[in-house]
Amino acid sequence: MNDEILDWGIAELARRLESREVTTVEVIDAYQEQIAIQEPEVDAFLSLDLEAARRRAIDQDDRRSRGETLGGLAGVPIALKDNLCTTAFPTTAASKILEGWTPPYNATVVDRILAQDGIVVGKTNLDEFAMGSSTENSAYKVTKNPYDLERVPGGSSGGSAAAVASRMALVGLGSDTGGSIRQPASLTGVVGFKPTYGRVSRYGLLAFASSLDQIGPLTASVEDAALVAEAIMGHDPRDATSLQEAAPSLVRPLTEGVRGIRVGIVTNLVDTATPQVQASVLRAAEVLTQSGASVAEISLDELAFGLAAYYVVAPAEASSNLARYDGVRYGLREAGSTVEEMMIATRTKGFGPEVKRRIMLGTYALSAGYYDAFYVTAQRVRTLVRTAFSRAYEAFDLLLCPTSPTTAFRIGERSSDPVEMYRSDVCTIPSNLSGDPAISIPAGVDADGLPIGVQLLGPALSERLLFRAAYAVERGLR
Amino acid sequence: MKTRATTGPAEGWEYVIGLEVHTELKTATKLFCGCPNAFGEEPNTSVCPVCLGLPGSLPVMNVQAVDFAIRVGLALDATIQRSQFHRKNYFYPDMPKDYQISQYDVPINAGGHLELPSGRVIGIERAHLEEDTGKLIHRGGHGRIESAEYSLIDYNRSGVPLLEIVSAPDIRDPEEAKEYVTELRSILVAVGASDGRMEEGSLRVDANVSVRPIGEAGFRTRVEIKNLNSLRSLVRALEFEGLRQVHLYDDGEAMIQQTRFWDEARSVTGALRLKEEANDYRYFPEPDLPPVAPDPDLIEDRRAELPELPSTRRGYLARVLPDLSDDLRETVIADACWPYFRAAIDANITPARAAARCANELTALLADIGVLTPARFVEVLALEDRGELGASQVKILLREACVDSTAVPELIAKLGLSARDVGAIKSMVAEVVAPFADEWERYLDGDEKIAGFLVGQVMRKYGRQISGADARQALVELGDEARKSAD
Amino acid sequence: MTNRIDQEDVAHIAQLARLSLSDEELIEYQSTLSRILEVIEVMNSEDLSSYPPMDHPLETVNLLRDDVVHQGLDREVVLAMAPSSEDEYFRVPRILGAP
Ligand SMILES: [Mg+2]
Ligand SMILES: [Zn+2]
Repeated sequence: MNDEILDWGIAELARRLESREVTTVEVIDAYQEQIAIQEPEVDAFLSLDLEAARRRAIDQDDRRSRGETLGGLAGVPIALKDNLCTTAFPTTAASKILEGWTPPYNATVVDRILAQDGIVVGKTNLDEFAMGSSTENSAYKVTKNPYDLERVPGGSSGGSAAAVASRMALVGLGSDTGGSIRQPASLTGVVGFKPTYGRVSRYGLLAFASSLDQIGPLTASVEDAALVAEAIMGHDPRDATSLQEAAPSLVRPLTEGVRGIRVGIVTNLVDTATPQVQASVLRAAEVLTQSGASVAEISLDELAFGLAAYYVVAPAEASSNLARYDGVRYGLREAGSTVEEMMIATRTKGFGPEVKRRIMLGTYALSAGYYDAFYVTAQRVRTLVRTAFSRAYEAFDLLLCPTSPTTAFRIGERSSDPVEMYRSDVCTIPSNLSGDPAISIPAGVDADGLPIGVQLLGPALSERLLFRAAYAVERGLR
Repeated sequence: MKTRATTGPAEGWEYVIGLEVHTELKTATKLFCGCPNAFGEEPNTSVCPVCLGLPGSLPVMNVQAVDFAIRVGLALDATIQRSQFHRKNYFYPDMPKDYQISQYDVPINAGGHLELPSGRVIGIERAHLEEDTGKLIHRGGHGRIESAEYSLIDYNRSGVPLLEIVSAPDIRDPEEAKEYVTELRSILVAVGASDGRMEEGSLRVDANVSVRPIGEAGFRTRVEIKNLNSLRSLVRALEFEGLRQVHLYDDGEAMIQQTRFWDEARSVTGALRLKEEANDYRYFPEPDLPPVAPDPDLIEDRRAELPELPSTRRGYLARVLPDLSDDLRETVIADACWPYFRAAIDANITPARAAARCANELTALLADIGVLTPARFVEVLALEDRGELGASQVKILLREACVDSTAVPELIAKLGLSARDVGAIKSMVAEVVAPFADEWERYLDGDEKIAGFLVGQVMRKYGRQISGADARQALVELGDEARKSAD
Repeated sequence: MTNRIDQEDVAHIAQLARLSLSDEELIEYQSTLSRILEVIEVMNSEDLSSYPPMDHPLETVNLLRDDVVHQGLDREVVLAMAPSSEDEYFRVPRILGAP
């Protein structure tokens, strides 16, 4: 029975709960058992509270038996990336500087998940402050790829990706600043979706780079991603950069198909990938063609500049966003005889090497004399990237490319060379710079049995079409 | 532009002063969160995730702060423009995010000017929105930052909306700086943006000051004096600093650009020890806040609603009463007096009389002005204008009309203030003086000192009805008549 | 543009960012930052003058909030988070110098 429960998607789980084939407690127990088996191997979680999850399950079963209608995520075990504020769990961003800190408020997405009766089982590991592509930069643990425990799950939402991939949670929430949802989704064989910038409130997300960050789901299927996205999108008055638009309906149109849709394969991004990844992209293209879409090639060479611009904009914003971790109001404090010494000691002890590296880079890029050469130039590149996308979207409705140039790499393989690591994000970064939505869909495995992901990109607010196409690709590749 | 006699720091030298005035805006809540913008609350009680800079919190702009900024901008004749917030990055424990959200190269108000009572026009460079910091309390070392053992922080003030108004370096002496701040303060109060309470810190001034020999065109190295929190410290700090700079030049020493503070106790400015990197604020556009682009219709609405400003009132006064003294003029244009004065002028009361009654009687009565409406005020003044009541009677009547809502004609009757001619006053004086035959004789013999005694007797009996001056006048006339008939 | 970053630069940036670096870190950061800056330099190989800087993906303006009081946090909650507090205040070591 347990294995069967773990196979159900959100819709099926809802049906079975509705028909009393299974109770919420049985669902949580099944996941608890799975966690007990998998977590010691995978190390996806920074905190877990299955007692609380079980209490919530009991309560939901009670409410159901009283005839109450439950929310759309009732009984769904959810893992939250540990950079989302929660009153019920500590929130550390995998950093020593916030060890043991429990926020007095929930992130808006967490409130929305809870309002839909989602059951949070725990908080997942990440690269410290979401800075990384492997989840090796956590101050607490290295999360492993469930497909090969010697390999990374990708990052920075590697904990959520690994939790969903190893079926320790049905849904994971992550954040995506330069590909941090999509790349780990790709490396662990799950679906990862980054919404249009402003679709999902960032309130309660520990900021990495405010003009790039978006929260999104990691799930086993496109349909589940659509369901969760519907639940968390929509305007939030607490985030001035959240769009006024209501959340679009994504689930219902999934089956509308892609007949007549024009899809462009971004050849220069395909070229960055290994032959096996390239082959998967072509298979996905084939599926779209067979489903009635017209597929052609386009080269968007300007996107190559995106990586450089990203490594100015993101660290610059981060250097400012992370200034507040100074030992005064919350989190770690190291002793110092003056406030300045205290702040320096605290930050030096509290931040890991990658975070420091990016703070240094961002501080440099913003400092007197370098601002125009770095920051302003990077902003011009954002316009360049957006212009390239606009050109592409004159000819195409959606674009297709790899999510990651490679499949999961070995733990430690790239950690000695930040620049090599940064290149993992070359295909995902442009969508963050432009603010457009993108989704990664599992597309088979390579010769080593490691998952490959393909990525669909769309213009701003094109989520409906993006999900229809993702659904078609998922079905066709299955 | 009018010229004005200025007072230099020393013979042959003049000041060049520019002021940065930070005013707390009178909103109900803070700039970026819903915490109350209140003074004097218990420490750390008006706080939330946003104004404490807790991880994950985000700022959302207060519409009322924008509205106030627009009103001030219009009153200063500034250009209201699409504006962008920036982050000003520096570490300091009273600033929860370790950056201040402020406006940098595109402030909401650009340009403008302010006309002083003297007629001099001071340029305004910009007026921009920003957030205030928390408050530091220094423990040990007599509560001074340099010698304290440690410090405490209250974040209630963190995130309170500030409008920073930056003047051009057009101010030429400390008294003019005071005049500028006073005038700016009255404008801020008039448009409703500020309560103008300097003592509560709702108006804080930084001064940029340099000196130069009179006749020199360029600017010399300037010094910034921080946190001048009263008009008195402003003037004294500028005077001290001007002289200090002149002495430095006289001694052939180099002037260094620096930030200083005013030490009230020792009456000196002192150099402030600054963080070495203080000037590298790494400004960049605040990604959490979309630009603020005030709707042109809203701007026009606000322009139409703009209250009458002091300079407008002065202009009006210059037309109806060109010879009014500066003191009287400033009293009359104050918000408390002005409606009474305008009502009097509109009712064709003699302007000089209206001004005098406003500046003298009305100002004294303001604390308990009660039921004295501008209309009643005008009604009383009209009686004086027509000669039906004497000055002293009008003064009595005005005082009573504040506390007694009886209609003016009945009030006059009630007080026994019916109009009297000189004859009536004389007979009152004659009646009072009659029992004092000896004193009367001495008065007639030229003992002027006894006149005061006799007038005093008259006032004891009829003081509510006639003035001392009238009584003395009547006494003089009665005396003249008596001497004449004796001849 | 060639901005070879030297160790003095690295030390200055560290001070700005309130980080202290060991000698080894100083060397490590100097070389890594230099390498990253080289990668970033590719941007400057392109003439971008016709592309205006893009601050932000959103083009909206005036996302404002009504001036209405909302419930904040209790002082006990706030001070419980503080690494050091005294009476009703946050407490910090002595402050040298003005901002
Ligand atoms: Mg300022
Ligand atoms: Zn607040």
